[in-house]
Amino acid sequence: MPIALTVNDGRHETTAEADTPLLYVLRNDLGLNGPRFGCGTGQCGACTVLVEGVPLRACQLELGALGGRAVTTLEGLGTPARPHKLQRAFIAEQAAQCGYCANGMILAAKALLDATPEPSEAEIRQYLDPYLCRCGTHHRIVAAVQRAIREG
Amino acid sequence: MPRLPRRSLGGIALGFAFATPQATRAQTAPPRLPGSLNTARRLDAWLRIGPDGITLLTGKVELGQGAVTALCQMAAEELDVAPARLRIISGDTAATPDEGYTAGSQSIENGGAALRYAAAEARAILLDLAAQRFGVAVESLRVDDGTIRAPDGRSIAYEALAAANPLAREASGRVAPKPPAAHRLVGTSLPRLDIPAKVMGEAIYVQDMRLPDMLFGRVVRPPSYAATLRAVDLDAIRALPGVVAVVRDGRFLGVVAVREEQAIKARAALQRAAAWDMPPSLPDPARLHATLKGLKTDTTIPSEKRGDAPPAVKRLSASYTKRYFAHASIGPSCAVAAYAADGAALRVWSHTQGVFPLRRDLAKALRLAEGAITVSHVQGAGCYGHNGADDVALDAALLARAVPGRPVKLQWMRDDEFAWEPYNPAMEMALSAGLSAEGRIVEWTHEVWSNHHNMRPGQSKDGVNLLAAWHLAEPRAPSYPVAAPQPFGAGDRNAVPLYDFPNQRIVNHLVVEMPVRVSALRTLGAYGNVFALEAFMDELAAAAGVDPAQFRLNHLKDARARAVIEAVVKLAGEDASPLPRGLGFARYKNTSAYVACIAEVALDRASGTVRVPRIWSAVDSGQVISPDGLLNQIEGGILQAVSWTLKEEVRFDTVRILTRGWEDYPILTFSEAPKLRTTVLNRPDLPPLGAGEASQGPAVAAIANALTRAAGMPIRALPYTPERIKEALA
Repeated sequence: MPIALTVNDGRHETTAEADTPLLYVLRNDLGLNGPRFGCGTGQCGACTVLVEGVPLRACQLELGALGGRAVTTLEGLGTPARPHKLQRAFIAEQAAQCGYCANGMILAAKALLDATPEPSEAEIRQYLDPYLCRCGTHHRIVAAVQRAIREG
Repeated sequence: MPRLPRRSLGGIALGFAFATPQATRAQTAPPRLPGSLNTARRLDAWLRIGPDGITLLTGKVELGQGAVTALCQMAAEELDVAPARLRIISGDTAATPDEGYTAGSQSIENGGAALRYAAAEARAILLDLAAQRFGVAVESLRVDDGTIRAPDGRSIAYEALAAANPLAREASGRVAPKPPAAHRLVGTSLPRLDIPAKVMGEAIYVQDMRLPDMLFGRVVRPPSYAATLRAVDLDAIRALPGVVAVVRDGRFLGVVAVREEQAIKARAALQRAAAWDMPPSLPDPARLHATLKGLKTDTTIPSEKRGDAPPAVKRLSASYTKRYFAHASIGPSCAVAAYAADGAALRVWSHTQGVFPLRRDLAKALRLAEGAITVSHVQGAGCYGHNGADDVALDAALLARAVPGRPVKLQWMRDDEFAWEPYNPAMEMALSAGLSAEGRIVEWTHEVWSNHHNMRPGQSKDGVNLLAAWHLAEPRAPSYPVAAPQPFGAGDRNAVPLYDFPNQRIVNHLVVEMPVRVSALRTLGAYGNVFALEAFMDELAAAAGVDPAQFRLNHLKDARARAVIEAVVKLAGEDASPLPRGLGFARYKNTSAYVACIAEVALDRASGTVRVPRIWSAVDSGQVISPDGLLNQIEGGILQAVSWTLKEEVRFDTVRILTRGWEDYPILTFSEAPKLRTTVLNRPDLPPLGAGEASQGPAVAAIANALTRAAGMPIRALPYTPERIKEALA
């Protein structure tokens, strides 16, 4: 019995088992690259997606538990021709070294700004604390979020 | 935007064409050429001009450090073309020069020098051709974004001169690159070429590769280094949904499945099915350093000097230690491998730091000719040195061998990476010194005990430095660790002080037995040695009653070293705070960038928690290629060093590695990251110096010296985790 899901405003069906983590369906069935495997245990945030606007770890989210809720990935925020303000800001601030964590950072920031349009720097840091960056790009990421707030 | 290599991502044909590497050996006694040009001496090894455009070839690869963008900048500058017009191929055994590893902060110094000279000479050759064609003097020509223009208005694009194959020749090295005053691109912050794809979710990582008929692999590692496989029922695993192959070769186990989650489930089942014997093989962590010092060592004296000096009136000695820490890349290592249907040839896509060295060890492990293997670099998560990138390439190849004709993508699980990657070695540094009546250091001894910091693949004829090769039914042994010569060194990197001491003796005790797997991690031994050297300098300054910055200046003739120390003192002096501060300085490898850091710390004695609210730094990396790229490396390096210093330690017992996930290995968070202020002393007339590993040593030293003031005593054992701080203060 195929399972239907809504990703980035498109309807998809998959024959994957209901206990399949959403991450593998997004990457391997839908060909999306934004959500990245980092730990498979919900600890690093590299696989983050927005489910009805809430940032969740796609490695921990079983397909069958999605229940028709709409999923947004990094690709759903903007396109190279029309990037989202956060994507623009990450480029402007050069807020990446390896960039592997950028997906989680951008989607978490999106969720934060949707709920709190003008967070303080401390609020941004606290919100991003559960998202791991190994390259030491933390300050640039915060600066990019602040730039996105400023430039709207 | 310049075009990044897209050949390897998405919808590519699985071809098995093996081109001959362009690097060629020259005749006897060839003139020394700049940087990597000396080993890959043909111009067309570095640049190709065809009717379809200009291609830049580099053996250096993008690790997230921005090297490829900076190299593109340097080549575009010399060619007088917009960077966007360059197509870039990096790290490919079938296409690019062999530049060894992308490591040691050498990409700009060596790779950049080669491209600069090759591009300058290419431009001169093209100008000569155009001058002949137009019948004008070459001096009258100018170049405008790859189009050569004559005074009379005639013009010709570089590409239109390609038919003569003008770069099919050996480089002379005699065409000087532009003088710095003429630079228009070098010295500007060209945006990184790879960042847009990374923030838009385009396919850019090896993890994003999708090939026709591709299968997914996973490995099952032994539960410990020394574990032996007693029994396993593979048939039960073969019967699982989607499983295409189950591989057992000695104690190497792996699965191949149609879908990734099926491979992961089969891995879990195989883990449950395998019964292991686990004899103890690891040192008792409570007696780690004593155990390491008791192992077989090869001892060398990398530096010794004797000179006239006043007698020592006061002698100090101190011993410093650091423990193992991990690369801990955010994305576990990943590779794609495909055997030709007849099994005679192998394609590998890898985020390795060295496609050629990896190929050498793959050939030995798989018993294939090197020429039958092509390794292409595709980016992965940041590696910071020798992580699992090379190992997973052999893993993928071993699984692909079971399904010839079909590509296999294999990403390690998080516990594979943490438990099996080669860590930065534990080290002990024993220092002693004598002070004269005038408070000058007149004798200096630095002894270091460490495993080797470079156990990368491709090192030796016989050894194979790839994990799975050690586990096969016919195992291959790793290479024997051989001390690396100074000034680079390995465990003794930066053990030789840049300070001017009349008498000094540096002793490198290379511990050749390796109970815990270790290899190259950003800075190699420099992090440990600079920590010890600079902490001891502060202890001596205190004994001499001299301000630590002044004490260093009293022992330093090198004007650039003095300048970064003076600059950071001035910078930090602009910000007042009541917190104790400390200074740390080093010139990385004594050949690359100069960095001085000042850190402030807050110590909570009750909990043992050390916080680092701010770090100031000054850097001299010679001519700055990209100011923003330099800052990203220096400041990222500082934050990573803060993480190593305050939080990181690989846990183990006498049987197995216990660090398996992020819960066992916390790293620096956003809230913990110190505020940074950095000043760059640009030296446009001097050669550019590698900076990617320059800030970590000074950063840990600055923290250690600030902590000494906060604690009222030196704390000589890293890391500064709450439990170890409480132990030290007790």
